[in-house]
Amino acid sequence: MVGSYVLRRFISVILVIFVVATATFFLMHAIPGGPFKREKALPPAIQRNIEERYKLNDPLWKQYVDYIGNLLRGDLGPSYKYLGRSVNDIIREGFPISAHLGLVSVVFALLVGVPCGIISALKQNQWQDNFIMAFAIIGVSVPSFVMATLLMYVFAVKLQWLPAAMWGTPKHVILPMLALAGFPTAFFARLMRSSTLDVLSQDYIRTARSKGLSWGAVVYKHVIKNAILPVVTYLGPLIAGIITGSFVVENIFAIPGLGRYYVTSIYNRDYTTIMGVTIFYSALLVMLNFLVDIAYCWIDPRIKLTDAKE
Amino acid sequence: MEYSAEMFKPINKDIDSAEAIVRPSVTYWQDAWRRLKKNRMAMVGLWTIVAILVIAIFGPMVSPYSYSDQNLEEQNQYCSSKHWLGTDDLGRDLLTRIMYGARISLTVGFLASLLNLTVGVIYGGISGFYGGKIDNIMMRIVEVLNAIPMLLYVILLMVILEPGLQNILIALGLVYWLGMARIVRGQVLSLKEQDYVLAARSIGASNWQIITKHLIPNAMGPIIVTATLNIPSAIFTEAFLSFIGLGVNAPMASWGVLASDALQSFRSYPWQLFFPAIAISITMFAFNFLGDGLRDALDPKQRK
Repeated sequence: MVGSYVLRRFISVILVIFVVATATFFLMHAIPGGPFKREKALPPAIQRNIEERYKLNDPLWKQYVDYIGNLLRGDLGPSYKYLGRSVNDIIREGFPISAHLGLVSVVFALLVGVPCGIISALKQNQWQDNFIMAFAIIGVSVPSFVMATLLMYVFAVKLQWLPAAMWGTPKHVILPMLALAGFPTAFFARLMRSSTLDVLSQDYIRTARSKGLSWGAVVYKHVIKNAILPVVTYLGPLIAGIITGSFVVENIFAIPGLGRYYVTSIYNRDYTTIMGVTIFYSALLVMLNFLVDIAYCWIDPRIKLTDAKE
Repeated sequence: MEYSAEMFKPINKDIDSAEAIVRPSVTYWQDAWRRLKKNRMAMVGLWTIVAILVIAIFGPMVSPYSYSDQNLEEQNQYCSSKHWLGTDDLGRDLLTRIMYGARISLTVGFLASLLNLTVGVIYGGISGFYGGKIDNIMMRIVEVLNAIPMLLYVILLMVILEPGLQNILIALGLVYWLGMARIVRGQVLSLKEQDYVLAARSIGASNWQIITKHLIPNAMGPIIVTATLNIPSAIFTEAFLSFIGLGVNAPMASWGVLASDALQSFRSYPWQLFFPAIAISITMFAFNFLGDGLRDALDPKQRK
């Protein structure tokens, strides 16, 4: 039963990735004049390379079949701007840095946001709650580029405690991490607060208390375990947010990650890189969502594996 | 003291007046408004939005400068009595540009939300009302679309459509209706089983009448909440797109464009970045507070 659910979900993942790749392909061909034609003539080497790779003189259906075939082999094609570099090279170079930064931010958001939400709920309407929720509303309202520039201004330009740009040492991670983690941390705090309040009003909490369990044990054994479930479902959208956040944060802090390459390729209208990175990130997110769903069923046995969605 | 019969008279002579309702009944909307008024943060948000709207509409008319007036002798000035929020690198008055930016950002927010509302209500309404196979297929499509990171596709659409206000609206409108469609579908699914729908049907109301007179008005609460919360996310997305170079065209400027332009010279002239950033943040605050308040006010079931 578990196996068939996983298999069915996996098939839908493949389907979504296929839809994504197809949509991207036809959007690419919807650009007036085609994606590879511009006012300025291309260097002949690239022109040849592109025509060879994409077989632009073939009929559309054949181009499409070839394109999907290349994708299946994991080949995203050459970069349109950088001579002799493929989109795969760019991803190989940039993604580890972005993944590092993103992972650190997710961990920060979980370690700070979740406990804050629990404290807020346990101290409902007391000063701790008001304090944390005031911060949380700032966190969800301030865009990441505002957060990033503010942090940079205060801690790098004025106080000069931390470096303002570049990448390499742990010190370089702190400011971009804070900028990137701002929204998810605040969101987790709010989510965790409401789900904890929900759990606290359940009968089994009263039962646990009345059988003589200490307050600390009740919170640890019953409240947190049940209240954390919504946080798990939010992990998918969270990672999507971290990825798009990295587009601006990496740019502001001049971090040589994939997000920065992506924005540069938008500025340069480097179509093949834009398409390639879009497909890469989409596939990554769809896969991660799949893993989160599977993990969710495993964490919460109450969910019927046959049909997880309503 | 003596009591005589003359001192007494029977009340409620006619049974009709006893049954009459003295005060007008409180409608759902009056009740919601009463609840909203009690929520201080939501009211602060509401009045802030009104103030921003007034500034956006009338501010540029009062200002002695226009958003494109360049004055190269007054580059990069700090706040002064002549230029309240200083000037940018081409000597343009920053306050005026921010007020114009408010027009663009708010237009994007409201129109994109309206577009999502229209598409979402129609799609979700059809799906929920007809149910069965149609619902199954339509919701499968939503599920597939929902699994795709939409912001990446907004970016892709903007790259293909070329930047510009109209195209931002198209891109935002095309991709962000999913949440609305799901909510409307859920509402319609549960509402159409209600007895008053059966009653309406039994006296011969058409599908169209049932949808427009019964289902949509009753689903209005969640629809309004979702639409209100869609506005800040549209403004947010527009600022984000502008920031990565896919916004409106110069010399027009949304808040995102202003912030992005100021980033280059941010170390020397930080205020050029801070003022548009503050404008965005205040607007986000206001809409988030109002949206949260509306949710509490319009959805009494959720309240504890």
